[in-house]
Parts: sequence; C-alpha cells; structure tokens
Amino acid sequence: MLGRQKMPEQDPAVRKSNFNEVALGFTEEQAVKEAKRCLQCKKPSCMKGCPVEVKIPAFLDRVAKGDFDSAIKEIKVDNALPAICGRVCPQETQCEQACVLSKKGASVSIGRLERFLADYERKRGAEIPTLPKPTGKKVAVVGSGPAGLTAAADLAKMGHSVTIFEALHEAGGVLIYGIPEFRLPKDIVSAEVEYVKKLGVNVLLDSVIGKIDTVDELLSEFDAVFLGTGAGLPAFLNIDGENLNGVYSANEFLTRVNLMKSYKFPEYDTPVKKGKRVVVVGGGNVAMDSARCALRLGAEEVTIVYRRGEEEMPARAEEIEHAREEGIKFRLLTNPVRIVGDGKNWVTHIECINMHLCEPDESGRCKPAPTPGTEHMIEADVVVIAVGTSPNPLVPRTTKGLEVSKHGTVIAKEDGATTKEGVYAGGDAVTGSATVISAMGAGKKAARAIDAYLKGK
Amino acid sequence: MPFEILEKQELVPTIYLMKISAPRVAKKAQPGQFVILRINEKGERIPLTIADFDREEGTITMIFQTVGKTTAHLASLRAGDELLNFIGPLGNPAHIQKEGTVVLVGGGVGVAPIFPQTRAFYEAGNRVISIIGARSANLLLWEDRMRAVSHELYITTDDGTKGHHGFVTDIVKRLLEDGVNIDRVVAIGPPVMMRAVAGVTRPFNVKTIVSLNSIMVDGTGMCGACRVLVGNETKFACVDGSEFDAHLVDFTLLMNRLAVYQPEEKIALERYKCEREGCLC
Repeated sequence: MLGRQKMPEQDPAVRKSNFNEVALGFTEEQAVKEAKRCLQCKKPSCMKGCPVEVKIPAFLDRVAKGDFDSAIKEIKVDNALPAICGRVCPQETQCEQACVLSKKGASVSIGRLERFLADYERKRGAEIPTLPKPTGKKVAVVGSGPAGLTAAADLAKMGHSVTIFEALHEAGGVLIYGIPEFRLPKDIVSAEVEYVKKLGVNVLLDSVIGKIDTVDELLSEFDAVFLGTGAGLPAFLNIDGENLNGVYSANEFLTRVNLMKSYKFPEYDTPVKKGKRVVVVGGGNVAMDSARCALRLGAEEVTIVYRRGEEEMPARAEEIEHAREEGIKFRLLTNPVRIVGDGKNWVTHIECINMHLCEPDESGRCKPAPTPGTEHMIEADVVVIAVGTSPNPLVPRTTKGLEVSKHGTVIAKEDGATTKEGVYAGGDAVTGSATVISAMGAGKKAARAIDAYLKGK
Repeated sequence: MPFEILEKQELVPTIYLMKISAPRVAKKAQPGQFVILRINEKGERIPLTIADFDREEGTITMIFQTVGKTTAHLASLRAGDELLNFIGPLGNPAHIQKEGTVVLVGGGVGVAPIFPQTRAFYEAGNRVISIIGARSANLLLWEDRMRAVSHELYITTDDGTKGHHGFVTDIVKRLLEDGVNIDRVVAIGPPVMMRAVAGVTRPFNVKTIVSLNSIMVDGTGMCGACRVLVGNETKFACVDGSEFDAHLVDFTLLMNRLAVYQPEEKIALERYKCEREGCLC
C-alpha cells in the first residue's frame, strides 16, 4: 500500500519566530497521488465521520483524475468553508478515523486534500452557484462564527434573505480572534466570509445583540432567528493572584494577538505583554495556540501546565506535536494553586502542585487529585489561563422565553429548535465549547429546520 | 460601515467634544452606558462614555481627554472625517430613580459622563447637588450645563483659580459633616478621586456609586481585561458595570491594572508624534 503524502511544513527553528502558516499545503502532483490512494468504497464510512456530510469519495475521485474544478464544486455543495475545515478540523477523530485504510495503515489525507482544493479555487476566484428564486422570507443570524456562517450560507442557498449580526468589528468569530494566523491565515477567513456575502448574505458588524437590538426586536423584522453566539465567556481558576498584572485569559491574549494584531505593535495600536517566561494553564487547542503565540512574541521559555496526563489532553495530536517541535515545555499532572506577584502587582511566579490520576469514576473519567507536599514554584512574567469558556449570557438574559441550562448553554433540540418559537440555535452556544466542524454541522441542521419552519409558516 | 464625525470642538485645553452619527446606537443609548470605537484598520478599540445622545438626530456625543496616541489621533480628526468602528451602547444603564437628595461628583473629564446622569436624576424629581472639579479654572468643564440641571452647584479647583481651593472630596465631606441628608452619591473621575470620595462617604454610610474605567478590549464580556474586584468577587466592568458600589471596590487593584501598558502607551504616543511632527531623534 502506497504511503501517505507528506505535507511540506515550515522548519520549527524558523517558524517559531514568525506568524506565517506552519503547514504549506500539497502540490498538485502530491494531491493527485494522495487522492489515488482512496479505495472508492461502495459504502464509504468516511462520510459518516463528517458532521457536514461532504461526499468524500466523489470529490477524491475527481482529484485523482486531476479535475480540481469539479472536485471543489462537489465539496461546496455541503461545505461553504472548506479552506477552514481542511485546516482546523480534527480529521483524525472524524472522517479520517472512519477511513478503511486507517485499519491497516494511514488513512487518506482527506482534510489536506480539501484544503488543497479550497486554496486552488481561491487563487482563481471562487465561483458563485446559481441561487434559487427568493422566497421572500427573512432570517437573522446572530454571530458570524462557524455555526452562523454555515447556517447563513445554507439559508441563502435555499433562497432566504439572510442578515448576520456580529458584535466584533470583523466577521469569523473564533476563526478570526481565536485561532492564530500560523494555523489559519486571516486572509483565508476573510475570503470565506466574502464568499458567504456573495451568496447574498448581508453582514452587519459592530452589532451587539442584547444591546443594540434584542432577539425579540429582531423577531418583529425577521421570520426566524438563528443564534450562533458561541461560548466566549472565559473561565478563570478562582485562585489567589489571578488579577495580577501579566495574567490574561486566553481569550484576551489571543484577541489582542490575532484580531488586534498586537504582534505587529507599534505598527498596530493594540499592545500585548511579551513575557520572557510564559506559563499557559490548560491542555486544549486554545492552550496550544496561546503558548505558540507567546513563543512567536519572543518568549525565551513557554511552559504548558496541565492537571491531567498527555493522554487526556483535549488538544489535537498534531498541535501538541507542533508545539513540542517548537520547544514548548510541558508540565503534565501539574495544577496551579496560586499566582504570586512582586510588590508592584506584577506576576513573578505561579505556584503549582503535582497531581495524580485516581481510578476512573462512574463516568469513565479519571479525576486528578493533588499530591500533598509537592507544591513548587515556576517562574513566570506572563500567565495565560486557558481552562475553557462558557456561553456569554448577554442574549439569553435579554430574550424572553429562551431557556438555558445550568451551565448557561441554550437548550435546543437536535435540529436546533429552542424553547422560543422561530428561534433556533447551534454550535458552542448550545454545546459549550466544542469544535469548529461540530458548530458547522449544527448550523447546517438548523438551516434545514428553519427552512422547514418557514415553509410551514 | 463608517461613522461620520458631525462636530468636534476643543472645550478646554486637552478636552474635546465629538458628535458622531450613529443612529442605531443613539436609538438605544441610556445614561451610564459607553461605546467602543476604532479609528482605522490599525487602530485599537477604546471605550468612551456616552456624554449625550439625540435619538431623533441619531447622534452620540462623547467627551474625551488626550492622554495617549489614540485620543491624540481622535483629537486631530475633524467634522466630515469618519471612524471605522463604533460599537454600543455597552454596559448597564445607570440606576436612576427618585432617591431624595443625590450628590453628583465629577472630576476632570469625568464631568462629561456625570452630566447625563445629573440631568436624569434631576428629571426624576430628586434634589440634585452637583460638585465639579478640575486642576485649574481653565480646565473646568460644562459649568453652565451642570448648573441648569442642579439645585446646588459647587466648583473646586486644585490651584484655587475658581471656586473652592481644593478637591471635590472637601465639599462632599463638608456637606456630610453639616448634616445634609444625602441619599446617594455618584462619583465619576480619576480612580484616585473616586477612591477618595468612597473614603469620605464610608463612615457616614451613604450609598456611593462609581463608574469604573478599567482597560477594555471587546467590551462585551468575552475576555476579562476589564476585571475588577468588587466585594472580593471578580466582576467584568464592561458587562457587570460600569457602575459599582464604591464601598466594595478594590481601587488599588484597579489603579495597578490601569498601569499595565504604560511603557507601550508611551512608545505608541512618541511614535505618533514623530510621524506627525517629524522625528527629532
């Protein structure tokens, strides 16, 4: 069996001091060779692993024949944002995990081929599909992250008039403020947003729903509302010293670096503290992104502190690997107990304690417990807290009849229907922080449900 | 969606008024709320309190003092120029109802945000005592506007060039010691001033409200840059405030956190001056 094509990457020694994309993408020859590895299964299991149901064997077959133009069209029937998915989806737990080749060797690089096609198309200018006759129905989409963009694109393709309301000054949600340039270049996100706009979607930036308009007010103007407001409220550790100067939530740190481009300060006006010794607390993708940004800002030493072991880390294996190659240090089974500052209120150390994993509990998870007497100090002049986020309460607080769970997530059925008529929700707003692709899947399902609702109205 | 500047004036040295066309923001604005603006593509997001609004005209008025690069740049713009982003109204509206006697204290540029609240308390039927202060008489803001919505108005200057020679807190203290029955104090100004007011009213147990001006990025509750300690609990000034009970606020922490980017702010301002005036170095 032919091995997987290796994707060219920037050398770790070089890339750790720039914000350019790490992975460089397949060449045309590589793409064709890689696509030829697909066995064209009669009952393709890969498709079951894709939350937005891309017809994988069909597009791979066209790539294998060198017909890139029709291959990308095939993807775009189901997925409006392939340049993003091809880069940030955890394919190893989705389509690629389900690929039959993975049973004996390496699966087809589905994500990398999707990315290749999207990049190929972008260079030539994306083609806009013919849109159906307008239905005359209006849908408001709140939030322009992956869930909102997908729902908006699908609704527009169904002939509805769609307006997206975005609180920030740029569209994209976590794609623009959270995921760094070196993993997902911002001009790619902008190009995908432009594509959605070309489908006829109107994007209103600087519009904080709950403040400038409430959902109830939107409902007087629109026939349905989709809430794709994400989970942007940062969790803190609630330990001593967390408000010291130099301590950031990952959301603040990444927003400064990515959205406000503070890595280009003072060319750009937003500053960020460039630490010499940076400690990032957490084990997810957000922690990896924060650590790798800190390194690129010029830190001498970046350490990730995580309370469980490597096996339990929620970050993608590829990201952990990339972080390691760049020299990020890992202190596993370690948990902060307090943050220590100098007399001028600046952070100097973080005190941690060693943890051990006990037997798995009824839920199957190992709850880590501290080992008494193992307290120790780690030097740090910048600390980034990346221990998760929950939904922002602004919309639920100002919307009558919209029920939320005790975790603050919007209660919604499988198809996105909430407890309020005409209001649908999906993505992190419903599930709590999850993946880009699951948010896109939720946006897709909700678009179908909204379409059915509007037809019955 | 650019936002046009309809009017700009220098009210007193270093303090400017700017009226922006922003109909959607004006439609919802309330006293006590703020906006976040960004001048251009490379700009930062800065919060400014809404000093006045006109729903029919569709405008928001802000008063700001030039303290660094962004405010200096803002002050250089003229009517007809546009701001790239203008987000609001943000934060919670001020709690305004009939309390009885309300003392409103505005220090420096803080007179601007205290004005719409003073007017609202006045219109709500309260007895309004206003105290406005500045470093010097030539820096005193909006005396006439404040007088029009106050039953009593006191003026203080640090250098004694007008009114009482001293601080706004001197007047607050005198009123309390004279036994004036005060139901509520609202103070807006530099953190040192707000802390001093809280210190004066605390022994008299008079409910005191301050508006906290911590560092903000998004202003919508997604990052915690603006976090403050109130009653030993972490709060986000942008969504939980910006009004808080002055007697519960950790002002030292607020002041420490406001100083985080001082070196960077200096670099940005110097670089801006070099670009405009030609570098001497």
